[in-house]
Amino acid sequence: MGGAVLASWVRAALARIGGAALLLTGMLLPSCLQCHAQEYPYFVTYSQEMEEPGNLDIEWFNAVGNPPGGNRFMGSDVEFEYGLKGWWTTEFYLDGQATQNDSTIFTGFRWENRFRPLSREHWINPVLYAEFEDTSADKTLREVVGHDGRYDFLVPNRLAHMDKERELELKLILGSNLHGWNISENFIGEKNFAGDPWEFGYAFGASRPLQLAASARECVFCAEKFQAGVEMYGGLGDASGFGLHLTSQYLGPTVNWAAPNGMTVTFSPQFGLNGYSLPVLYRFSVSYEFQQFFSHFHRSGQ
Amino acid sequence: MTSRPAPFFIAALLILWCAMAAFATSNGAWLSNVSQRERERVNPYRDQSDAVAAGRRIFLDHCAHCHGQDAEGTKKRPSLKSSRVQHEATDGDLHWLLVNGNRSQGMPSWVKLGDPQIWQVICYVKSLH
Repeated sequence: MGGAVLASWVRAALARIGGAALLLTGMLLPSCLQCHAQEYPYFVTYSQEMEEPGNLDIEWFNAVGNPPGGNRFMGSDVEFEYGLKGWWTTEFYLDGQATQNDSTIFTGFRWENRFRPLSREHWINPVLYAEFEDTSADKTLREVVGHDGRYDFLVPNRLAHMDKERELELKLILGSNLHGWNISENFIGEKNFAGDPWEFGYAFGASRPLQLAASARECVFCAEKFQAGVEMYGGLGDASGFGLHLTSQYLGPTVNWAAPNGMTVTFSPQFGLNGYSLPVLYRFSVSYEFQQFFSHFHRSGQ
Repeated sequence: MTSRPAPFFIAALLILWCAMAAFATSNGAWLSNVSQRERERVNPYRDQSDAVAAGRRIFLDHCAHCHGQDAEGTKKRPSLKSSRVQHEATDGDLHWLLVNGNRSQGMPSWVKLGDPQIWQVICYVKSLH
């Protein structure tokens, strides 16, 4: 009985939140003459990789959780990532969430920019990140900062929706590629314009393709199409109380599959490491990369 | 307590300015930037027919949309059948370029492919002469 209710709820949530993403992808897909994505399997951690200039990556991202004493939820966002320059990537997000026995709502938008100050590869590569977000009742957990915790998910949507969060988020992203491994570390500072103190957080990810060399023949489920790794992230308190006290922390394995026709599917179960965290989060995403996106329009106009 | 967003926007603009300034000083003469040690690196997949076939797959996935399906180049991106690529540049030079990219000219780094796939795509490109 409970399983049927959950299945029904998940179907409804997917239909509502994913509708816009699927519609948009469906509209754009016919123009994707050749699309391909090879991404690291991270959900929270940013690597040093920038989007290739002219490419548009569209990703539908989801986080499903069940806070003790609260209702199951699914936070989703649709992400549009565009490579403006080799050293400058911009991204725009539309966020929403659905909560069982509550409601499905649009929770806001975010706009981020990443800059890579060094032109060459080094053993560690810095990227500077700045994001403005205007959200409320967000449940995507795209980052965990300050004292974010499981109790935030107990607030009904109608109340949480009134708490507008207009924030500036800055990150220092460090990334390395060593012997096929990608190792990325993020240091996060977030400031709410309402006057709250700076909040801090971190994210760490390491991943590797299951096979480094490509095979001579096309394949679908061969090892080179999979990347696997681990991701860990959490809050580090705020300016008035830096540290791990009353912060949530998550750790989990993660894997992605580069499917034929340019789709990448990523999945990760992530586990709360302390009582302040959600016990478990299931994350999954689907992305398409449209190579040289605007050139398709130029060709069709000729 | 009043909010003061202005300093944060100034910080963001400063970050943007620094990034732009760094790239304004770079140029596209990548070949002269390759060290002798990098230039002399030997392709471990050289003369392997499977590597050429694998390299072609990688090329079609990642490179063809800029350099053309046949590597002849497009309006904005150079041909890979040029004398510069086929004769002047060694395998080591091309490896350096694929690892570091030439971002000011729109060429991204392909270090995410990993060394084996980079060498394989070099095998394919060099087979085009």
